[in-house]
Amino acid sequence: MIEFILRRLFQGALVVLGVTATVFVVTRLAGDPVALMLPLSATAEQRAAFSAQIGLDQPIWIQFARYAQDVVTLDFGDSLWQRRPAMEVVLERLPNTALLVATGLGGAVLLSIPMGAVAALRPGGLVDRLTTSLSLLGLAMPQFWLGLMAIMVFSVMLKWLPTSGFGTPAHLVLPAITLALTPLARFTMMVRAAMIDELNKQYVQTARAKGLTLRRILRVHTLRNILVPFLSISGWELITALSGYTVVVETVFGWPGLGLTAVQAIQRGDLFLVQAIVFSIAFMIVVIGILMDVISKLIDPRIELN
Amino acid sequence: MGLPMMSFRPLRSFLSELWQDKAAAIGFAVMVLIVLMAVFAPVLAPEDPATQSLLQRLKPPVWDARGSWDHLLGTDNLGRDVLSRIIWGARTTLTIGIVTCVIAAMIGTTLGLWAGFMGGRTDSVLMRLVDIQVSFPGILLILLVVGVLGPGVWTLIAVLSVTNWMVYARLVRGIVSSTRQMPYVEAAEVIGCRPSRVIFVHLLPNLVSPLLTLLILEFTNIVLAEAAVSFLGFGVQPPDTSWGLDVASGRDYLFIAWWLVTFPGLAIVVTVLSINLFANWLRVTSDPEEREKRFARTIAAKRRRRRAT
Repeated sequence: MIEFILRRLFQGALVVLGVTATVFVVTRLAGDPVALMLPLSATAEQRAAFSAQIGLDQPIWIQFARYAQDVVTLDFGDSLWQRRPAMEVVLERLPNTALLVATGLGGAVLLSIPMGAVAALRPGGLVDRLTTSLSLLGLAMPQFWLGLMAIMVFSVMLKWLPTSGFGTPAHLVLPAITLALTPLARFTMMVRAAMIDELNKQYVQTARAKGLTLRRILRVHTLRNILVPFLSISGWELITALSGYTVVVETVFGWPGLGLTAVQAIQRGDLFLVQAIVFSIAFMIVVIGILMDVISKLIDPRIELN
Repeated sequence: MGLPMMSFRPLRSFLSELWQDKAAAIGFAVMVLIVLMAVFAPVLAPEDPATQSLLQRLKPPVWDARGSWDHLLGTDNLGRDVLSRIIWGARTTLTIGIVTCVIAAMIGTTLGLWAGFMGGRTDSVLMRLVDIQVSFPGILLILLVVGVLGPGVWTLIAVLSVTNWMVYARLVRGIVSSTRQMPYVEAAEVIGCRPSRVIFVHLLPNLVSPLLTLLILEFTNIVLAEAAVSFLGFGVQPPDTSWGLDVASGRDYLFIAWWLVTFPGLAIVVTVLSINLFANWLRVTSDPEEREKRFARTIAAKRRRRRAT
């Protein structure tokens, strides 16, 4: 188990290193940070001074060494837009994203298990066909559009919920539902498919022949067996949500989380803040990946790290 | 005389099998329609998608009391015809999707073939690279790159291909490294076939059908990613048209003109849904094991229905 965790940590460190190097290459070599961050009206002296200030006049390997040092000490410099340390902004916005993702994905997990299980009881039945069609529809909807449609119906037409913003529980409802729908569809399809496979196995027949109730078979036997694949797919969805969904959903609803901040920082050419956000998200993705693998292995010791 | 007829047979058997699954058949038909719409956009679109008209601003669709037959789906805030923009948008979306998928598949297939064929250290290094890149924060990194390099169709295609090749590499590597163990591949190597011959004649044909299926499944991901990035303002730029871009520009008129956001979004939903329906069917059909399961399910459903009546 220790070896398993160590190998996984090593792999995670490689990912963080990869992201760091990519961000470095993209920002320093492919683009011109000075032109990006300073206004067009800046004079040549101002540009040169700024370039020296952030160390761009140094040879590239010194730049990378400094950059690596920044990453290790988690000091990404000051955000030009917010005029305070970039990491401070990240830590301030992170809880908002966490709240949104936890509510949305948590809801999706809780709903998808009963929905998928009920659909799997009678494959091809009315409930099953309804769930499958709705899931397919859910997977086809872009989240930004879904969010805007939700605003149109529930905020503009029915006036039940606020259009955007942050603060009260009412503000959380629409963003969380928008974020939840795609994962919900994917989870439901997964639970359904896994349950159908599981219910066709011999041990279920045996349990039924012994006279166990369906509810007990589901709860004690089949649901446990699909736990590990369900866990890995929800870990994957969590990662996708952090690295993509939140950006879109937060932008639509003006939710002050990391995703919206990243978009605003890119629009303002605030490279340091963007770097800090990309690094933090990559770091979280790695940690979540490792946690998921460790939990899966604790649940099912047969799993091996390939 | 017999020969030309023969060539239609696979197509006909494909269509007749597709017809068994109504949802997939509808998906396929819609997919073909969208492709035709994109190809014949200049003929089909009632108006130029970029022509503005201040007098015709924010006209509702035809079934609304204030709508007119001149603009079936209404006009946007600059007086541009929504229907024409959707028809032209299909072109952008499909072009970006197809080009990106092909480039990503080429990168992935080459690296996957290389890893699977060489095995050993090359394999583990390449597959580790895949593992690492899979854990990259996708959309955020795309936004960063586009933010630095400046938005544009080609930047978008390049970035999306570089961030999406991994699935292909995994698939190809898996198939190649397992078929390499097959007696017929070993035999080919023993009698002295050159590596290129082994790869192109003996290994690649095994990949055609799974790769094609994956390509179609991945296509919808690219369509959704392109729409999202364009919506955020980092993808396709005006005066070009894109469904994601149109939703973004309609966003400011959400309160007064519902059709501006609704229709381009519906176009995305319909495209992705129809491709998904077809691709799911194709995935099952091209996999003998899955196909057998589906056959068993159909029989079981028939038996149940007979029992019920």
